[in-house]
Amino acid sequence: MATRIGSDEQMQAPAATMLDPSRLPYPFCPGCGHGHILDALDRALVRLGRPAHEVAIVTDIGCVGLSDQYFVTHAFHGLHGRAVTYATGIKLARPELTVVVLIGDGGCGIGGHHLISAARRNVGVTVLVFDNFNFGMTGGQHSVLTPSGSITATTPAGNLEAPMDVAATAAVNGASFVARTTAFDPGLDALIYEALSTDGFALLDIWELCTAYFVPNNRFSRKAMEAMLASSGMASGVLVHRQRPELARTLASASQGAPASRVAPAAGGRAGGIEPRFQSRLERRRSLTLAGAAGEKVRSAATVLARAAVLSGLYATQRDDYPVTVMTGHSISELVVSPEPIGYTGVPAPDILVVTAPEGAGVTASLPSRMGPGTRIYVEHSLAGRIGATRASVEPFYADRLGKRAAALAVLAAVAEREGLVSAEALRASVDMESRETVAQEMRQALEERQTVWEPAAPSRKVT
Amino acid sequence: MRRAFITGAQAIVQGALDAGCDFFAGYPITPASPILAGMVRALPGRGGVAIQAEDEIASIGMCIGAAMAGRRAMTATSGPGISLYSENVGLAIMAEVPLVIVDVQRLGPATGGATTVAQGDLQFVRWGTSGGYPIVAFSPSDAAECYHLTMKAFAWAERLRAPVFLLADKEVVMTADTVDPDRLVPYPVEGRRLADPGKPYRPYAVEAPEDVPAFAPIGGPIVTRVNTSTHDEAGYLTKQPAKVDRLNRHLSAKIEAAAREIEDVVLDLLPGATTLIVSYGVSARSARDAVLELRRAGRAVSLAVLRSVWPLPARALSRALEGVRRVVVAELNLGQLRLEVERLAAGGREVSGVHRVDGELITPEEIARAVA
Ligand code: SF4
Repeated sequence: MATRIGSDEQMQAPAATMLDPSRLPYPFCPGCGHGHILDALDRALVRLGRPAHEVAIVTDIGCVGLSDQYFVTHAFHGLHGRAVTYATGIKLARPELTVVVLIGDGGCGIGGHHLISAARRNVGVTVLVFDNFNFGMTGGQHSVLTPSGSITATTPAGNLEAPMDVAATAAVNGASFVARTTAFDPGLDALIYEALSTDGFALLDIWELCTAYFVPNNRFSRKAMEAMLASSGMASGVLVHRQRPELARTLASASQGAPASRVAPAAGGRAGGIEPRFQSRLERRRSLTLAGAAGEKVRSAATVLARAAVLSGLYATQRDDYPVTVMTGHSISELVVSPEPIGYTGVPAPDILVVTAPEGAGVTASLPSRMGPGTRIYVEHSLAGRIGATRASVEPFYADRLGKRAAALAVLAAVAEREGLVSAEALRASVDMESRETVAQEMRQALEERQTVWEPAAPSRKVT
Repeated sequence: MRRAFITGAQAIVQGALDAGCDFFAGYPITPASPILAGMVRALPGRGGVAIQAEDEIASIGMCIGAAMAGRRAMTATSGPGISLYSENVGLAIMAEVPLVIVDVQRLGPATGGATTVAQGDLQFVRWGTSGGYPIVAFSPSDAAECYHLTMKAFAWAERLRAPVFLLADKEVVMTADTVDPDRLVPYPVEGRRLADPGKPYRPYAVEAPEDVPAFAPIGGPIVTRVNTSTHDEAGYLTKQPAKVDRLNRHLSAKIEAAAREIEDVVLDLLPGATTLIVSYGVSARSARDAVLELRRAGRAVSLAVLRSVWPLPARALSRALEGVRRVVVAELNLGQLRLEVERLAAGGREVSGVHRVDGELITPEEIARAVA
């Protein structure tokens, strides 16, 4: 068995190398820059002095993706372009780790969005871009970092596109440390060490030679590359080195807060939940559609009724419908209440339809014709004319004196009482369960005024 | 007896927390966004991490990284997001990553109907990544099952070191439902089997093909290798046919060997019934109502509700099919489960379906009419 993974010797720091001699040499073409960069990474890791099990190397796809298997650290070899996302997950899970991402210029294209977001987040991973201006493994195609005019397998007449400046992109998007250099730079070890020591997102754009493709296709050389770096207009050396809060530790310290309460009762109902303590005379399943407008608190009114039903020993379901632009247009809540557990939750034709606003009337315009005898429609009196032919009985209500935020609940409470769904006590208890006291206060007021909805507002009398 | 009035989304969040989930990454999408919002609120106070990623690919990618660093991870999305997850679902299969993926189904291909209910992803989650490997998927029909099956999804993700789907839908996740506490049944979640620190570790070593490799987290004292490319037992790239064959057969065998234990079907069989209704997810609610109605009218019908949909619970379904001459499958697509049932029911049984793809729920009456 060739592997030395998990053996004790590698946990003894400091190590002379983080490379696994039993797996060397590297598999790269003669003259390929990848080996230079990996050697420099090894020296920087040794200088960092962390044991192998506190370092994770995440590789992308391409020739660079072969790199992790030469190191004795933790390794993650993932999908093309996504290395930064795995590295982010690893770092967020274990903020104490040193996490290194090795990607090529290809990975900068397909995973560019992830690079930008990692820089914005300032998640503490170090990205080394093995930047040889083309895809090596797949046969020398152009990448997002290929210089204009370069010949590649897919730009035989020269690249028409401008290259992305990946270092500048990381720099302007919030990275803590960004630098650009070449694989021949004697200072490369020191730059990688600085990147690894950075408390935040670090990116190094390292220009290098792909001797199999980019060099022969473009009569490219070390000298030509160094000249290109000088004349490209792209900054080299350290572009950015700044202090910003690192994401993983910030999130970890945010995790120290008190445990939040349960969103559902524990099994057996020991905690949370609703204890039924009122009676209902409901004998069969009834459905109710409340059709109003945004701003009328339709959904919370429906929840008050549904919860009151549960407080009364009934089963209830509630589903809401509203346009994606939530602050305008209709707001509809469909309720089912039943003494039995509820299966089908749909309400194609309700037993009770309550219409409080023209928006709601419009969206539910087809319901009245579908409603049968014995069903009822309660409609804001000024909208009565909008209810089409129906076998339901139609009753007006008068919500003029109530504010827009109170009308839906007041009417719904009045209807619930009249229809024998739940008692006023159950509704009051349901309102008491509101988490925000100011909201509860408003709702109590609406409940108090529920009986006024059956009387036309008195014509205003002139005081003489 | 205290009852809950909660949405399926709330039940999924609670199920995840009770399963020990301590990592969540997601991207906003209707109708899965309430799960993202719920986890972002719930996890930090419990020592967990929840984050909104820059897109769906990053969401599942972060979960995969965190899972391999030892966290219990979950992500949630809808069909369009599952499309983007596809390649990473393959990674999770190949690299043996424990991960729970919630698919809150909505209608139609592409962006389809964001707020309309559907069950169109049944075959999609089964075959949604390249290479063709078995998938585990559970499908809840109400909030109580959202809780239970989320925990069960975690249990099997951890045990199998594989991605497990919770195949939910818009209606079950977004509709508030009344839940009796005795139906909020927890499911025991044991952590993945850990590597023995006293022995040399090979991250993908298994004795029998159906075994699940022992786990050592990235960052733990035992150095490990995660590899999404075809790899040997030590986690190194390989092309040796014998090793390649062993790996690929292992990825299938470990799930097939567990199929009997994963199988979860609620059978309501009436002796002498010659008609069987088969359903799952939100449509099962209507199927239950229909069965009640039909029996009240004196019709002898049986019902099978699938809570595990993949691997297909063939044994339980075959038992339910004994003595049955007619089968009615109810689902919100044009016959994805019916296709499977037709194969199981072959041999003189008439199989029909009640299918809707108009964004509305199947009504109990439609199912009853199909039976009559
Ligand atoms: S193809 Fe290019 S990048 Fe790949 S190993 Fe050869 S020289 Fe290096």
